[in-house]
Amino acid sequence: MPNVMLRNNAAGELVFYITKKDHEETVVALEHAGPGAWGGEIQLSDGSRFYLEPLEQTPKLPLTVRVKRL
Amino acid sequence: MTMNRQETEQLIQEVLEVYPEATGKQRAKHLMANDPSLEKSNKCIVANKKALPGVMTARGCAYAGAKGVVWGPIKDVANISHGPVGCGQFSRAGRRNYVTGHSGVNVFADMNFTSDFQEKDVVFGGDKKLAKLIAEIDTLFPLVKGVTIQSECPIGLIGDDIEAVAKKSAKEIGKVVVPVRCEGFRGVSQSLGHHVANDSLRDWVLHGRDEDDSFESTPYDVAITGDYNIGGDAWSSRVLLEEIGLRVIAQWSGDGSIPEMQTTRHAKLNLLHCYRSMNYISRHLEEKYGIPYMEYNFFGPTKIAESLRKIAAFFDDTIKENAERVIARHQSVMDAIIAKYRPRLEGKRVMLFVGGLRPRHVIGAYEDLGMEIIGAGYEFAHNDDYDRTFKEVQDGALIYDDATSFELEAFVERLKPDLIGSGIKEKYVFHKMGIPFRQMHSWDYSGPYHGYDGFAIFARDMDMTINNPCWKNLQAPWKRAGTEALKSAA
Repeated sequence: MPNVMLRNNAAGELVFYITKKDHEETVVALEHAGPGAWGGEIQLSDGSRFYLEPLEQTPKLPLTVRVKRL
Repeated sequence: MTMNRQETEQLIQEVLEVYPEATGKQRAKHLMANDPSLEKSNKCIVANKKALPGVMTARGCAYAGAKGVVWGPIKDVANISHGPVGCGQFSRAGRRNYVTGHSGVNVFADMNFTSDFQEKDVVFGGDKKLAKLIAEIDTLFPLVKGVTIQSECPIGLIGDDIEAVAKKSAKEIGKVVVPVRCEGFRGVSQSLGHHVANDSLRDWVLHGRDEDDSFESTPYDVAITGDYNIGGDAWSSRVLLEEIGLRVIAQWSGDGSIPEMQTTRHAKLNLLHCYRSMNYISRHLEEKYGIPYMEYNFFGPTKIAESLRKIAAFFDDTIKENAERVIARHQSVMDAIIAKYRPRLEGKRVMLFVGGLRPRHVIGAYEDLGMEIIGAGYEFAHNDDYDRTFKEVQDGALIYDDATSFELEAFVERLKPDLIGSGIKEKYVFHKMGIPFRQMHSWDYSGPYHGYDGFAIFARDMDMTINNPCWKNLQAPWKRAGTEALKSAA
């Protein structure tokens, strides 16, 4: 269950940053991109997948959340 | 001689041959030939991994990263090197991070405060001594704005509770007291020390003035982060930002102070120079206070102009016009410098091996002078640094991560560069080999190198080093051609 920070980069892409590992990847697919729900399964550009308990609203980024490795 | 990718790969294989098989296999993952089209580095280079036993690495420890790099330059705090006396003494005042003020009155960055651990402190614990030491500092230097406790290895080993001491002492003296868990054995390099120091700033300092809104902010407030004022670097960057109409409200951490850091939250934009050591706090500032960060590069006129335009684009038209005016104003001076030095430096080949950021930043400045980077590498960079490096370096150039001293020497012998930029640990080895060398950590007792003013000094220094007549005199007289008589005499 790593702590990750989600933010938008200058190009407007969603970036996934694993704090502990200093590892940054862009998000290629997000299961629920709002409105109504935001989160779910997250696919990164290196192929790894994570699960974020869907939030009720589209959050204000950057945001630190706990995600589950799939 | 510019090498293509195959030739570079072959060179790497040949150099690795001397290692035992397992070591060679490990080291091969840290070396590569550059491919500028790569977007991601994690498939092609391994970084931020423990150095192998038996090889000579140039890395430092977590204490070096926290006390030396991040906390050290902050002028109004007393940094206690908590533990035996050596770590503090040997890291004192060697980094040339300049400050303004008076030593012992409002500047404490040049002093060595230490708890001077003895055997009995290791056996019975050093917490009492630490509390006494903090009270003593407050008595001797009443204008100190804060005290930090930089742990050395024994503190973690014996399990002292420095956090408890910090909390108690902070109440007693009414100042910021920061415990920094930067024991030297943590992590693989000083890079973890940067992270630990950033986290301690976040947890113990940053929110100190969140309730206080008396600071009058303007729409043009910016903060400089990741500039340690080596030889005055932050000052020569700051004047440029002020010239385009921005107000620098905080410097992290060169010539910085605790109140500055606590008012950083009023900045509209956070300008991040050293990404490697301060991206952590920048990310936090963005999340907590909504201050976006922007990486910039103030080495060499091309990159400065690019960065000034990028920074100005964040603000209104006045700033954009100012930026253009500032760039135009300096352009003629820069052209004159390039006209003077470029003919003397054109085509010279450079190898760089520095820290975690500088190689990719200084490439622009070398290229402005017509020089070529044939090899670049970092001591403690992570993969995100390599992501940013590939497009800056030419195709086929050698990339090395945490190069061992053997590898670096072997590469230099084969590539025969005209200049090497690295640190003090490499300096005299290459001097003795008769190769021009500049220390790129501390600018070889020169500087600043940032900004337009810095580029003038940079160009002069590179010329002074490469075209110095001393290098060809380093060969022993009897090894020169046509000295048979001397040879037999020797």
